[in-house]
Amino acid sequence: MLSRREVLKVSAGAALAAAPALWRQALAAAPVLRPDLPAGLGAVAVLDALPGKRPLLKLSYRPPNYETPVSYLDALITPNDAFFVRYHLAGLPEPAELEKWRLRLGGPGAEGTREVTLDQLKTEFEPVELTALCQCSGNRRGLASPHVAGVQWGDGAMGNARWKGARLKDVLARLGIKKEAVEVVMSGADGPVLEQTPKFVKSLPLWKAMDGNALIAYEMNGEKLPYYNGYPARIVVPGWTGTYWMKHITELQLVTVPLDNFWMRVAYRIPQGKFAQVERFTDQETDQSMPITEIVVNSLITAPGNGQTLPAGQPLEIRGLAWDGGYGITGVEVSSDGGASWGPATLGEDAGRFSVRRWSLTLPAPKPGIYVILAKATNRLGESQPNEAIANPAGYHNNPVQRAAVTLT
Amino acid sequence: MFRSLALLLLAAAPAFGAEPELALKPAAGHELVENNCQICHSLDYIPMNSPFLAQKGWDAEVHKMIKAYGAPVDDKDAQAIIDYLAKNYGG
Repeated sequence: MLSRREVLKVSAGAALAAAPALWRQALAAAPVLRPDLPAGLGAVAVLDALPGKRPLLKLSYRPPNYETPVSYLDALITPNDAFFVRYHLAGLPEPAELEKWRLRLGGPGAEGTREVTLDQLKTEFEPVELTALCQCSGNRRGLASPHVAGVQWGDGAMGNARWKGARLKDVLARLGIKKEAVEVVMSGADGPVLEQTPKFVKSLPLWKAMDGNALIAYEMNGEKLPYYNGYPARIVVPGWTGTYWMKHITELQLVTVPLDNFWMRVAYRIPQGKFAQVERFTDQETDQSMPITEIVVNSLITAPGNGQTLPAGQPLEIRGLAWDGGYGITGVEVSSDGGASWGPATLGEDAGRFSVRRWSLTLPAPKPGIYVILAKATNRLGESQPNEAIANPAGYHNNPVQRAAVTLT
Repeated sequence: MFRSLALLLLAAAPAFGAEPELALKPAAGHELVENNCQICHSLDYIPMNSPFLAQKGWDAEVHKMIKAYGAPVDDKDAQAIIDYLAKNYGG
């Protein structure tokens, strides 16, 4: 009897697909993973290049979930071809289908219906460009202790980019908004494999859609969106987590009652009272839980790497990123002695309140020894990072004080 | 059976490129797990969520796939899948 692998090799369809598979396996390299990720991740996480992308850390092939290696996050802007990829369901759109793209607008809360082409989106609405962090709600889920089920992201389910597009506000205003409208329902060209699986459809409260910052973006860092980041247009909701940034957006419906589906009522929820969220999605809240909304204050140490051995007596630059949900980072405190003493890092370019902020602090001539580096960001609201991640069922909002231990010899 | 599964998988694969073949631990029930789970997702989700999910955790995941995502798996197969996962990928 043939093994399953052999059957796949001899079937006609699979033979056609064998060449790219071999090419991809040749590229696959075993990455070094953080020791606090689930042990089983090591068996499946490989560096693998999707079409149009550099090798990223593959967590799952289908649907594709690929995270950005931290080396690419050691910059203000994350390159498009290194930007993380996240899909919930494996029914990805055919590239040819996306070339016929139209945005359909309507719904019971709208004054009418309309179809908008990509050309119209670019020419009939004022283009706006802003820099914003796109961060998956579950970034660093893999570091939850105890571990929780889901895609076991490390640090790289995030990226910072310049997004250009039409204001969601302008497009909805042109459509006409009835006074009964409460939410905008967003749907994209990707879908489930099985008909009975709930399609990934999300809503935004109307006030958030109309805040003037939410965009229907058609450019990312001066280029068209990569296929895997939502080509030809995606929703950008600066300050809110990636779950609202609908990719391949094809439909916007104004509705007069809150959207009732799995992706709103069950998924992407946090317990009441655990996190400081100023902007809340109140019509979707219950006594027990609320939708995740704003990105919480957070930081990442991009250098030196945890576990590195480096020369003593030489300047040691400690650097990384800090961000929050759009209030603005006011400072990053850094310790190199495990928290006994702290000093302020120098903040880098301010690319706007929705962007990550780079920071650095240099030890001029550190003596030999083990250095436990900590980083802790604070925002304009005075919010800071907790010492331990705040436990919650889906492992969202992982933002504890960051740590990297290095040995100087 | 396997041939039709292979074709189904190809039909459901991303628009371009093919995923490398993944295999689970060859123990009783692995074909049942592969045949059902791979309809919607690649098998890397299973080792990735191990070994911290024990019997209770895998039970919750399999039932989530059935109830929330509509996976067409009957009760008997569901239990065999849970048992395989707990035994081979459980904590």
